[in-house]
Amino acid sequence: MKKTGAEIVWECLTREGVEVVFGYPGGANMPLYDAMLSYPVHHVLVRHEQGGAHMADGYARASGKVGVAMATSGPGATNLVTGIATAMMDSVPVVFITGQVAAHLIGGDAFQEVDVTGITLPITKHNYLVTRADEIAETIREAFYIARSGRPGPVLIDICKNAQVESCEFVYPDEVKLPGYQPVMHSPRNLMEDAVKLIEKAHKPVILCGHGVIMSKAEEALMQFAVKTQTPVASTLLGLGAFPASNELSLGMMGMHGEVHTNLAIQNSDLILAFGMRFDDRVTGTLKTYAPRAKKIHIEIDPSEMHKNVAVDVPLVGDLKTVLTDLIPMVDEYDHEEWKQEINNWKAEADKRSIMNWVDDGKLYVAHLVADIWKATGGGAIVATDVGQHQMWTAQYYQLEKPNRWLTSGGAGTMGFGLPASIGAWFAAKDQEIWAVVGDGGFQMTAAELTTAVQEGANIKVAIMNNNFLGMVRQWQEFFFEKRYSAVDMLTPDFIKLADAHGVPARRVTSPDEVNEAIEWARKTKGPVVLEFKVEREDGVYPMVPAGAALDQMMQRPVKAG
Amino acid sequence: MNYTFIALVENRPGVLNRVASLFRRRNFNIESLAVGRTEDPEVSRMTVVVDCPNGEMDAHKIEANLYKLVNVIDVQDVTHQPSVTRDLALIKVMVGPERRAEVNGLAEIFRARIVDVAADSVIVEITGTEDKIEGMIELLRPLGIVEMVRTGQVSMTRGVNDGVRRVPGVNGSRYDDVSELAEMTP
Repeated sequence: MKKTGAEIVWECLTREGVEVVFGYPGGANMPLYDAMLSYPVHHVLVRHEQGGAHMADGYARASGKVGVAMATSGPGATNLVTGIATAMMDSVPVVFITGQVAAHLIGGDAFQEVDVTGITLPITKHNYLVTRADEIAETIREAFYIARSGRPGPVLIDICKNAQVESCEFVYPDEVKLPGYQPVMHSPRNLMEDAVKLIEKAHKPVILCGHGVIMSKAEEALMQFAVKTQTPVASTLLGLGAFPASNELSLGMMGMHGEVHTNLAIQNSDLILAFGMRFDDRVTGTLKTYAPRAKKIHIEIDPSEMHKNVAVDVPLVGDLKTVLTDLIPMVDEYDHEEWKQEINNWKAEADKRSIMNWVDDGKLYVAHLVADIWKATGGGAIVATDVGQHQMWTAQYYQLEKPNRWLTSGGAGTMGFGLPASIGAWFAAKDQEIWAVVGDGGFQMTAAELTTAVQEGANIKVAIMNNNFLGMVRQWQEFFFEKRYSAVDMLTPDFIKLADAHGVPARRVTSPDEVNEAIEWARKTKGPVVLEFKVEREDGVYPMVPAGAALDQMMQRPVKAG
Repeated sequence: MNYTFIALVENRPGVLNRVASLFRRRNFNIESLAVGRTEDPEVSRMTVVVDCPNGEMDAHKIEANLYKLVNVIDVQDVTHQPSVTRDLALIKVMVGPERRAEVNGLAEIFRARIVDVAADSVIVEITGTEDKIEGMIELLRPLGIVEMVRTGQVSMTRGVNDGVRRVPGVNGSRYDDVSELAEMTP
């Protein structure tokens, strides 16, 4: 049957199971938008393409499916760039479809022409420039396969306007032909045996649980492995939720703002089992003194991550779930009682300084607020954040039990991610409670998407932690630049009036006794809600490993006088 | 030191750009890059010479990163394998009729050829390893080289020997069964 290129795009998207796309129309993708009206796909009109990219990203993280965002050529496509890079750094499967000027105009500086495949080459897993209608079906099939398989990531398809308009025979390809793309599933037996030997000898093992555990849906395999070998589990920022925080083997977050006992456990361990993570600098501190006595086993699907930052003893390239499932029957049971006790002692010592022990001094602290939201929601909400202090406090105090509930920009550290990501997540999980915990700085970067939330009736709760500072930069200036505050003191608009102008119910909270009631009000109110918390201005995130310091050289929270 | 890689890639538009961009992005220094078709019209072949200050570690990084490109089918490191390596240079030397014989003599020693003669210049074509070409250039330089072009190095392993593949499990050998092929060789 003959169809136009634009129709073929939607034929393919519906066959890939796409139910919602986040986008913005313009000159070069109008044929796509016209054809869309005949297909059962819900389109979310965003207010800025960056918001659309983050929504597709949030949708993908919350659903485990591939997100889709669309934009027109030129500025529409360049506005996606930050969102594409965010998805790339965190290995999130998103397919971006951009319009491009007609093929015969390419290279001629036509109106709204930008070399989008050129710009996005380094920030996509793969990208395509489609100049003819008969290339579309095969390209979309490949794009979805590449986005979701192997180490997932964003794929961009730039479709020329003529290709959208022209007609051709539509055949949906049965299979993809990619001779150079065959993600490895199993690791070789001999290397697995080497790993087992290291596990046998270990007395102080630690598992480092990364985003790969969630991407590979290996949570159950991880649980089985950890329980069988009684190995404590530390999480990266993006690995949170893969292993239940309430489990006695859970150590919580590692790294720059990780728990004291977690970082000490890593530095003192004799075996590191790195599962689906990449030894990012925020996780290791200086590499010179990183886990000096530990042998290292690394299970990771991307071979280029092997030895990239940390040289490992046994590199197991493969799909984490597959490799772990192969490995579990090969390992013996252990108890590691002494080691667990040693870690627990560190924890008990560090807990003495916890901000949770502070008595009410009439001020609002983000850590307390996050813990209050955690209590009120029973720890089961989907939580999206921006980047900075509030992100770290949320990571520390919103203790997650399940995966696909933690939406945060880890690798790229993209401010403005939280609000749109939470809106995207709502389309993936309409029956679940969704919170966006954001800072006053990040919220202002993508605040226009509040209107999108209203138009769609997205049931999201936005908690703005307002300290009238760019808090994390302020904290660094306090610690490392002699408190010379430079461009961090930030005037914010009246967020209540701003929300009101959007038609969003909102409340400002200024003292601890109003907190729980406000949270309950927000939870009961249908649709988007904004809560603004006027928090302590100069609070710091602790513990903190200064950039370039050893992982066990942590600055701890000062003991509070009184 | 310089490492030599042979990469088989899908013959599609933009693949060369992807490879070049990867080397730039990951901060590797390309010494030479030669691309051309192969016996299979859907496959192109690249010979890439890269400076690897950290030796084997860098070589692993390069191989693994090349495989991240969807269009890259196979990568081998032939640096330490028995292989045939060639580079071709065209060198234009400013000489009048009185010194042509001198150039001719050098060309004979290096098994090079004079492929063009003009009133005041000649073009010498030389094929060989990098060392050999460098040697000829040094001798021609005093005569007055005015223009030079080189193709960059191309390499092929001898017999059915393959290069080294450090990245486990990805794609594997180009031949289905190397040992079987080895037995078939006379």
